[in-house]
Amino acid sequence: MANKLDQLFEKKQSDILNIYFTAGFPNLNDTGNIILELEKAGADLIEIGMPYSDPMADGPTIQDSGQIALENGMNLNLLFDQINSIKKQASTPLICMGYLNQVMQFGENNFIRKCKETGVDGLILPDLPLDIYESDYKNLFEENDIKICFLITPQTSDERIREIDRLSTGFIYVVADSSITGNSKGISPKQIEYFERINSMNLQSKKLIGFGISDAQSFKTASQYSNGAIIGSAFIRAIKNGQQDLNTNISNFISSILN
Amino acid sequence: MTYDINSKGYYGEFGGAFVPEMLYPNVDNLQRSYKEIMYQPDFQEEMNQLLKDYVGRPSPLYFAKRLSEKYQTQIYLKREDLNHTGSHKINNTIGQILLAKKLGKKRIIAETGAGQHGVATATVCALMGIECIVYMGSVDIERQAPNVSRMKMLGAKVIPATSGSQTLKDATNEAIRDWIQHPVETHYIIGSVVGPHPYPDMVARFQSVISEEMKVQLKEQTGNENPDAIIACVGGGSNAAGAFYHYLGDEAVRFIAVEAAGMGIHSGESAATSVLGTKGIIHGSRTLLMQTKDGQIIEPYSLSAGLDYPGIGPMHANLINSGRAKAVSVTDDEALKAAFVLTRMEGIIPALESAHAFAALEKMKFNEKDVVVINLSGRGDKDLATYKKHFETYGK
Repeated sequence: MANKLDQLFEKKQSDILNIYFTAGFPNLNDTGNIILELEKAGADLIEIGMPYSDPMADGPTIQDSGQIALENGMNLNLLFDQINSIKKQASTPLICMGYLNQVMQFGENNFIRKCKETGVDGLILPDLPLDIYESDYKNLFEENDIKICFLITPQTSDERIREIDRLSTGFIYVVADSSITGNSKGISPKQIEYFERINSMNLQSKKLIGFGISDAQSFKTASQYSNGAIIGSAFIRAIKNGQQDLNTNISNFISSILN
Repeated sequence: MTYDINSKGYYGEFGGAFVPEMLYPNVDNLQRSYKEIMYQPDFQEEMNQLLKDYVGRPSPLYFAKRLSEKYQTQIYLKREDLNHTGSHKINNTIGQILLAKKLGKKRIIAETGAGQHGVATATVCALMGIECIVYMGSVDIERQAPNVSRMKMLGAKVIPATSGSQTLKDATNEAIRDWIQHPVETHYIIGSVVGPHPYPDMVARFQSVISEEMKVQLKEQTGNENPDAIIACVGGGSNAAGAFYHYLGDEAVRFIAVEAAGMGIHSGESAATSVLGTKGIIHGSRTLLMQTKDGQIIEPYSLSAGLDYPGIGPMHANLINSGRAKAVSVTDDEALKAAFVLTRMEGIIPALESAHAFAALEKMKFNEKDVVVINLSGRGDKDLATYKKHFETYGK
């Protein structure tokens, strides 16, 4: 079966909306439902956070949601079961985001096999070093057609961006701000300068901008300088504090971004 | 066999730099430059001058006569407790603040458990006139109140870490998040031999002055620069790394790394990483850590805030895994008892962390002629409130 991320990028190159949510939050068994509702509401790509005890690249909102998810009893076996249960109904590409230690303890081979079986298309592992990926993981990922997405930041050198572009098989996650997730507002001229610098490099990989993207305005601006954008913390807040039931909160939030 | 770090930042299979891209430029820059900077003659000169005149080095090596009689062996104490600020931590912060200046950094962050590293960092920041932010677990802020006041008096901002177990692990997470948000102007002074490469090696090198002096002092006092054994407590492991460093290749020198067993190794309230830990990644380093089978990090416990950490530095993971160092676990009660023994027999009140090293004497058998060095890593002023609660039990 073809990788759904490849299929997405074939048919859509702009305004791609990637929504992040934490598996097991707000309730343990919401995962499948959130995926289906996001798809229905118009998300193009879904990033599933694998809750972790020590998420060093995540800000307070995502950290708290992960803590609640863990208290709810979330674990990777359960996550794969949940994803598997909606596999036939969902066609949106799925990316799992988490930390390398989770993958190591699950067993790298096991983990990748499970991704393949359940229809996970790619991974974001912020603490997986490029050289370790190339020496220890690349073959395994490629054999199973699981895409890898690496991050770049305003401080990443051009030379390293080229290296990341060479090794990325999913998309490049363009970190909009050198801050942790969910901590900045709007897009500044300095950030636009950075996006333009990246664009002028003519990279082969697709680029999605994340960190600090929270509403229609920031989504629209970010999409002008990339293939689309990633919203995480703002979505978590919407489903946590929303006035309606979960499904209505999800559709209201996505409408607020797309309309 | 070599126990040194290799060119990629690994001790055997342990170490490396598993950091998100946001930290990569800083970590990469440190990896490329730390040795070059720290061994420049002007850097060495300034550092050594400060270690001598400001810190008070060399710290004495003291033959503990009464303790030696009690345990029927020759016990020497490396008196890191007599350093300015009261522990070995300042050896590292002096080095790293000079490094931060060379790197042009304007803002310093640090994590702290017992507050010793926080105080040592706040001290060198005051000395250099640099802004200082210290992350400390809320639980530790409670139990190490004197050090919190010292940091504040020194002008540091102490920010409580309120996630998880609210101890050293969580303070480290918060410090890393701060660095991610402020990558350009900020240098992160890690207090132990943990974290991504080059921190474990860099901190070990700054702490290696301990064993460098021991060699000279032992030669003077015993005629032989090598002891038979070195005992040190290990949380992340910086004082042990410094005490072992120049003896790594001398396999005849036995290393004893003393971990905190809290309420007992298998009580569920422990920090004995070498027994309870498995291979994984914590704070950017591949090492031994306490974790669930799902890879979630377990919240540790020790009465001693400085040893209350679920991981161990990669250098120690390798030393213990290869059999070069022997790990010994000591409970809260055993450490408290040892603190009172040392205090009553030698007139030295140790830090609760260091007291764990002394408790190992009860569990080891040495020959009468053996020269055993205990690294007395810190003094106990900060722990008086805890000790006071046990006057009745151990102080009679």
